[in-house]
Amino acid sequence: MENIWGSVKSSVPVTGRIRMLETVRPRLSSSSFANRVLKQSDSFSSSAPFLTMVQCLPSSRLMEPYLYASSLDHDVIDLDKTAEHLRLALNVTAQTAYRSGIILFVSRRRQFCHLVETTAKDCGEYAHTRYWQGGLLTNAHIQYGPGVRLPDLIVFLSTLNNVFQQHVAIRDAVKMNIPTIGVVDSNCNPSLITYPVPGNDDTPVAMELYCRLFKMAINRAKDKRRQMELLYGLSEPSSASS
Amino acid sequence: VAAVSPQICGTPALHRKNLASLGPEKFTAEFIQKQIEEFEIGKRHLANMMGEDPENFTQEDIDRSIAYLFPSGLFEKKARPLMKHPDEIFPKQKAVQWGPDRRPFHFLFYTGKQSYYSFMHELYGKVLNIEKHQDRLRAKGLFSAEPKQISLGASRWLTKEELEASLVETISTQDYQRFIQLMERMLSMPYCSLEEEFILRHRQQLEAQSMHQVVPPLQKDDRGVDFSAAEGRRKTSKSSVVVRDCGSGCITVNGKDYLHYFPVLQDREQLMFPLQFAGMLGRFDLECTVSGGGRSSQAGALRLAISRALLSFVTEREGEAMRQAGLLTPDPRVRERKKPGQEGARRKFTWKKR
Repeated sequence: MENIWGSVKSSVPVTGRIRMLETVRPRLSSSSFANRVLKQSDSFSSSAPFLTMVQCLPSSRLMEPYLYASSLDHDVIDLDKTAEHLRLALNVTAQTAYRSGIILFVSRRRQFCHLVETTAKDCGEYAHTRYWQGGLLTNAHIQYGPGVRLPDLIVFLSTLNNVFQQHVAIRDAVKMNIPTIGVVDSNCNPSLITYPVPGNDDTPVAMELYCRLFKMAINRAKDKRRQMELLYGLSEPSSASS
Repeated sequence: VAAVSPQICGTPALHRKNLASLGPEKFTAEFIQKQIEEFEIGKRHLANMMGEDPENFTQEDIDRSIAYLFPSGLFEKKARPLMKHPDEIFPKQKAVQWGPDRRPFHFLFYTGKQSYYSFMHELYGKVLNIEKHQDRLRAKGLFSAEPKQISLGASRWLTKEELEASLVETISTQDYQRFIQLMERMLSMPYCSLEEEFILRHRQQLEAQSMHQVVPPLQKDDRGVDFSAAEGRRKTSKSSVVVRDCGSGCITVNGKDYLHYFPVLQDREQLMFPLQFAGMLGRFDLECTVSGGGRSSQAGALRLAISRALLSFVTEREGEAMRQAGLLTPDPRVRERKKPGQEGARRKFTWKKR
């Protein structure tokens, strides 16, 4: 499936993360200023106060590398690792937004459904916080109509669905070669997610933080894009926006 | 030796196109636009043909002209020649949901049911708004126990079909139940009057069933005599009656005296029964006209018309008594049609054992 990240060779390992970082070759769009892949890893960084995050058991064994400490009833996530992963994830979102990619926010938590949808509306991106119908990604051409464009990035603000099982969209995104960012809690499985962000997905404070950060990153990227278009659009009358 | 073609079947099943799987026929926007242009030009031609003003040619004029130019005796109204605006003929199709850069317009496009979910999102936003308002009032200490209530009146929530029609999208029963639950929750909050207009937009007024008879108005003619007119029907007969408060008991049917028009006593009794029931036998002067049907059905039609006209001369209690006596109920019995394979409407052919 073609998206702005070009043709990606992805194998789906059962354990371990997909190392998609090295194999990604962003497709060069027609206008020259967009060709310059923003080299700095922190181009759209935002400094935000990080909070301590905990989660009750049952925790998954796959999350052990991200945990700082673990006891019988609480797991504490290592926030240094979280910060690094979150910075990476925000950079990826910003890059996607800069290249006018479609970002889909997914969360199946009923408490934060309204918040996630408002965030998506404010960014100008898309959200799906409702019941996931089977063929939304895999059967898209029949469900939506021929010529539909699938999301270029899926951001999971909670990787579990209402029955505490992994959300179907993670598996579908891997099938359709769509990179994913996911806030993985200590009871989640991070193996299929491209850019996992270990963190709490239960408290409203944490969710508001994530929404704010993603919204800020996307808005900054879009502003930068518009700025660049204005600056370079005049000197290249034949450039078509990708 | 004649060479016989081995191919017996024209299009084998594998090559034949499955026409049913394509779904309902899809019309492009350009096609519909062209149809609209053709319709407008055709409308002007029709107006010129009928010698009327092409600028102010309404749909009723079109229907009238078509019925005049192409008279059809077909029973099925939908099979008759028709000229309507293409928007009414071609079924509404969903417009393309994305722009030239193929980004969808609606932010909930990827859910599949964008209008329903965006509506629920908006509804929940309003619920949160009301809760925030209530919290603010409570913080200030201005929270009143009996705030202004919404007057719902005799209304019901929109049905599933009406909601589907307003959203232009199919909804499942569970979705509809969720919608009702959320609306009920909003109504249960004390300060729901904030979103009164929104709630009332999704409620349907129940039609007040008029159980009362429409009493014909009492009029006065030139000589100052009260009279009232009414109509009645029975089987295929139609009648209209003018009841005058003269004082004589004169009855004319279609210009003739009722004794000559109805030689049979039974029919005359039918005419008299409403007057006898009200106790006003010799008081009124009846002027009746009746057409269609046979003698008994004409008498029944007249009886109904007389009782209706009498309502304006009689008190409400007596009117109610007349209704209970069955004088004001139109008789719904009509001749049942004959069915094929049977001798009559109900009578079957003689059953022969062998």
